[in-house]
Amino acid sequence: MELRFLVQLGIIGFTFFMLINASALLVLAERKIMGFMQQRYGPYLVGPHGLLQPLADIIKLLMKEELRPKGADKWLFTLAPVLSITAAFAAFAAVPWGAQTTFFGLLDDPVSLGVADINVGILVIFATTSMGVYGIVLAGWSSNSKYSLFGGLRASAQMISYELSYATALSAVILLAGSLSLREVVDGQAGTWFGFIPSWYVFLQPVGFIIYMIAGVAETNRAPFDFPEAEQELVAGYNTEYSSVRFALFPQAEYINMTTMSAVGADLYLGGWHGPFLPPEYGWIWFLLKIGAILFMYIWVRWTVPRYRYDQLMQFGWKWLFPAAVLNLIVTAALVLYFNA
Amino acid sequence: MPETLIFYVLSGLAIGASALVIGQPNPMYSVMMLIASFGALAGMYIQLDAPFIAVAQIIIYAGAIMVLFLFVVMLLNAAQEDAAEWDRSHPLRQPAIARFGGLLALLLVVQLAWALLRAGGLGGPVAGQVDAGVVSSVRELGRVLFTDYVFAFEATSILILVAMVGAVVLARREEGPTSSSKEGSGP
Amino acid sequence: MIPLSHYLIVSALIFAIGTAGVFLRRNLITILLSIEIMLNAVNLTFVAFARQSGSLDGQIIVLFVMAVAAAEAAVGLAIVIGLYRHRESLNPDAFASLKW
Repeated sequence: MELRFLVQLGIIGFTFFMLINASALLVLAERKIMGFMQQRYGPYLVGPHGLLQPLADIIKLLMKEELRPKGADKWLFTLAPVLSITAAFAAFAAVPWGAQTTFFGLLDDPVSLGVADINVGILVIFATTSMGVYGIVLAGWSSNSKYSLFGGLRASAQMISYELSYATALSAVILLAGSLSLREVVDGQAGTWFGFIPSWYVFLQPVGFIIYMIAGVAETNRAPFDFPEAEQELVAGYNTEYSSVRFALFPQAEYINMTTMSAVGADLYLGGWHGPFLPPEYGWIWFLLKIGAILFMYIWVRWTVPRYRYDQLMQFGWKWLFPAAVLNLIVTAALVLYFNA
Repeated sequence: MPETLIFYVLSGLAIGASALVIGQPNPMYSVMMLIASFGALAGMYIQLDAPFIAVAQIIIYAGAIMVLFLFVVMLLNAAQEDAAEWDRSHPLRQPAIARFGGLLALLLVVQLAWALLRAGGLGGPVAGQVDAGVVSSVRELGRVLFTDYVFAFEATSILILVAMVGAVVLARREEGPTSSSKEGSGP
Repeated sequence: MIPLSHYLIVSALIFAIGTAGVFLRRNLITILLSIEIMLNAVNLTFVAFARQSGSLDGQIIVLFVMAVAAAEAAVGLAIVIGLYRHRESLNPDAFASLKW
């Protein structure tokens, strides 16, 4: 086993471990931020400032009884959360999270920080997030309950509708960068204009960034687009009949999807791991800060705005967001052609 | 050697999953098996140095068309006993015909395999003579698509528009005195 | 190194399975799924030949086949939904009223 192979295995294991931690920390972060926005403390009893609360939550969930409704489809009922979580983890595998580094001379050739460096990386992320739809729709159907079925169908219809705007916003960035590989998109954002403005694509594509963020929120079924989930408060959602481990995988998949969307947004629009004052080997610190900022924005939006009704949600996605994304793409293409001709 | 192993695994998965699509009675499981088959085919496309086609297969086929099939299967939930009964009462399922058909199919497969393995120009390795540079380049694919095949591209976009409008019109519930009074089955 | 004939045999097998599905299954949705299997087998042949000849034409055709398959699946499923609303059945033999 040569050292480089072991280091790459280590990077894969580290990324996987950090993703699981991210979903646990997001549970806590959501409740604390929600608490502070509602002028109360969030959970603070378990551990210092409530930092061990996710551990308590996970232990509670794992100890619950595993139920399966009598009419539920035996295989698909268990397959649905597995599909959700697999797609969530697999999507992050194509995201690079740091510059190439030799770990301070430990290796001869630099190794890229990230699980995989694919030359069609953006498309792979898009493909794996569209596989996440199956987890939700199968969960809704295999629960053998009318309300779960409708919740699942609505959630998946919402996800595939907003995938269009998501992909069109991505296409505009691909036009700017000239490559489908995420690493090359990030490396195209190195450097600054006029010495102090970082040359990130968010300044070239403000509308595209907003469209990407909105589509990302809708893709992960977060508020204000979480009507299929919030049916739980009213009637039922696609994960009503689930309990214990199978249930725990659904919100975990949702938080990992959030993290992936934030990571891809940071890579595409906010310059990834490039930032002032730090050498490239420590670029992942900037990456973490940028992901943290976008995730904070996710949580902030959730607890500020009321949620859309389902038909308003679909109308917004098809009649406003998608035409805006197409217009953004056309204008970007025209400007790229004009300035490069 | 690992390349050959991967090819056998992927092709076995594709063929097995396709056989299960038509072999087992539940349409929901058929759709899931077909998704598995598409995944295996996408792996084979990557082995054939066509990364864009592989990802397009997942996005278009496994991610969109199969979701559509899944929706329709869920909304038109035919009882499984009825579906199995329809299959059993098929006129081609009688034992004599089925045995003859099976034997014919087996003979055809053996003959095809023998002919293909014997043919000269097809015997070489698929990745042998030509370098993979042009074939695996997305930039080159885009260039050819928008220059040599631009007419087919535009015609396909009109085709998809027509199909979209047609699907919406065909699946629309009829309003009027002849429409049935049962509650809608869609969300 | 995998010979081209292997890919062609795999493609032929998948195509044959799709054809058998169209003939032997009496469920409209499974028939449509079998048609998709056949289209995929053809895609595999095209990509294998594209790799062998080093030209991109095979991959271009595959893209168009995928687009046409998407359009055909959408319209076909819309027709199936319309038929189901009419007869409450997914059996092709239930729509035999034009037979003399």
